[in-house]
Amino acid sequence: MNFNNPVLFKELKLRFRSFKGFNGILFFLLAMCVFVFGYIFLTVNMTGSSYFRPSQSFVLFAFLSYIQLGLVLFTAPGLTAGSISSEREKQTLPILLTTSQSSFQIISGKMLSSVAFLLLLIVAGLPVYSLVFLFGGISPVDFAKVFFFLFVTLLAIGSLGVMFSTLIRRTIVSMIATYGSMLFLSVVTGFLLIIVMQMKAFNTMGTVATPSYLGQFLASINPAVLFASFLSPELNRTISELTKIEFPIWAGYLIFYSLITAAALFISVKKLRVNMKRLK
Amino acid sequence: MIEIKGLTKKYGQFTALDNLNLTLDEGTVFGFVGANGAGKSTTFLILSTLLQPTSGEVLINGISVREKPSEIRKLIGYMPDFFGVYDQLKADEYLDFYGASYGIPEEERKKLIPQLLELVNLTHKRYSYVDLLSRGMKQRLCLARSLIHDPKVLILDEPASGLDPRARVEMRDILKTLKGMGKTILISSHILPELAEMCDEIGVIDNGKLIAHGSVADIQKKLQGEKVITVRLGDKTDEAISFFEEQPYVTTIERLDSEDGISFTYKGSEEEQIGMLKKAMLEDLPIVSFMEHVTNLEDVFMEITKEAAD
Repeated sequence: MNFNNPVLFKELKLRFRSFKGFNGILFFLLAMCVFVFGYIFLTVNMTGSSYFRPSQSFVLFAFLSYIQLGLVLFTAPGLTAGSISSEREKQTLPILLTTSQSSFQIISGKMLSSVAFLLLLIVAGLPVYSLVFLFGGISPVDFAKVFFFLFVTLLAIGSLGVMFSTLIRRTIVSMIATYGSMLFLSVVTGFLLIIVMQMKAFNTMGTVATPSYLGQFLASINPAVLFASFLSPELNRTISELTKIEFPIWAGYLIFYSLITAAALFISVKKLRVNMKRLK
Repeated sequence: MIEIKGLTKKYGQFTALDNLNLTLDEGTVFGFVGANGAGKSTTFLILSTLLQPTSGEVLINGISVREKPSEIRKLIGYMPDFFGVYDQLKADEYLDFYGASYGIPEEERKKLIPQLLELVNLTHKRYSYVDLLSRGMKQRLCLARSLIHDPKVLILDEPASGLDPRARVEMRDILKTLKGMGKTILISSHILPELAEMCDEIGVIDNGKLIAHGSVADIQKKLQGEKVITVRLGDKTDEAISFFEEQPYVTTIERLDSEDGISFTYKGSEEEQIGMLKKAMLEDLPIVSFMEHVTNLEDVFMEITKEAAD
């Protein structure tokens, strides 16, 4: 990665020169604080006790993890789906493409600036998030796992956004395509998983069960299932029993989303500039 | 310096550029003239590695645009006809960003930026946001941007379009300075007179075809097979008409409406024209002035494109 990336520095400068960026952080932190302190207040008040049990802290952790996941899934497309197409719409792209910067530098600069902003949102929320440590029930490893996979998801969705932005001329269409892909990965795959598992259970009643590769695949690419498997490790065993495949969901997720990231970035780099060598 | 061989660009059935051939030496200022949609911008886009040609080859400094586009980008400075600027970026930051994009070290950029701003008369706007600059200032800033890596070739697509007369003059002065710096400049316009003053060579393009190429004088001469001469007289207009009617190469004599005098079209050479004038003086015609009507460059352009259309 080239750390002397002019596009990255320019994007970061522009993003933080406007109030929009800071407002985003402010409102996100406010929402998190209201949720966390509201939950603690209600729990303590409703139980009539003056302490907070570790199991309750775990529920809070689970909620916060899903909020962060939702933040990544819904913000990443918005931040990345206009990265190249908006340059095209503002008529700044031709000039950028005649500079000496490589296509990879331009794409990585665009991608990293969006990722950096989202990471800042997540990191800014860490002090609120880490309140759950005060009450126990969560290990630092659980915490690290959730954050690592948030980052993997963020990279994949961000790369898809940059890819659609490169391929599609108009930002609005690119935005729709990226949100569509995100909804497919996070909602449609979950729905399909339920159908596949129901059909599998119905078909194998009284007979020897065969492995369900499709079921395992769907479970492995759905972010909600992955996060549920972190929060409730028994889910891993349940899915293995249903699919008859012993392969950790996190490993499948990591492979699939790494491939998406690599493929989307590769396509973006290849398609950013015209191929002068190929005769039309 | 620039060699264009059989360059063709087709969009489906439509041919935007048709077998364009052109060779330009280093330091030439070449004006590309043509109506809207004639193929000027298409040529410039291909030269700037932004558009893939259907066939043909372009060599800049011996390097193929098709084979080594990244090398070409270091050689050229491109200014498109329409361009946008980044909001919330100041003029010096704008130049700094592009300087960094060309891999110019920060220390060097710090020295370069004031010089470039001075060249385009924007020193006083150094810390102004670029989106707040006037159209003319943006054009000049974009020109400074295209110079930041000291390119050998400047490709300027209608740099003066949309500018008021004062801004046009300012732009023309800057281009003259650049010409003095020995840069090879390709500049397009749909207004021929705008280019005539600063260009060494002119190419007229119409419907994707280069229909005329040479110096401004050459192109004017080529068209001026016949010229219009106006003769103002003290009196004796009828005698003058009789005299010029007898002269070879003189056709369509008309009497001037506003004053004593005549105008006629003449097809002879300059030597024959001198001889005819001497004879008229010997005939004792009271000639006040003998004036060759200079064909307007706009007329030249219209004539060339009309011929091509025919």
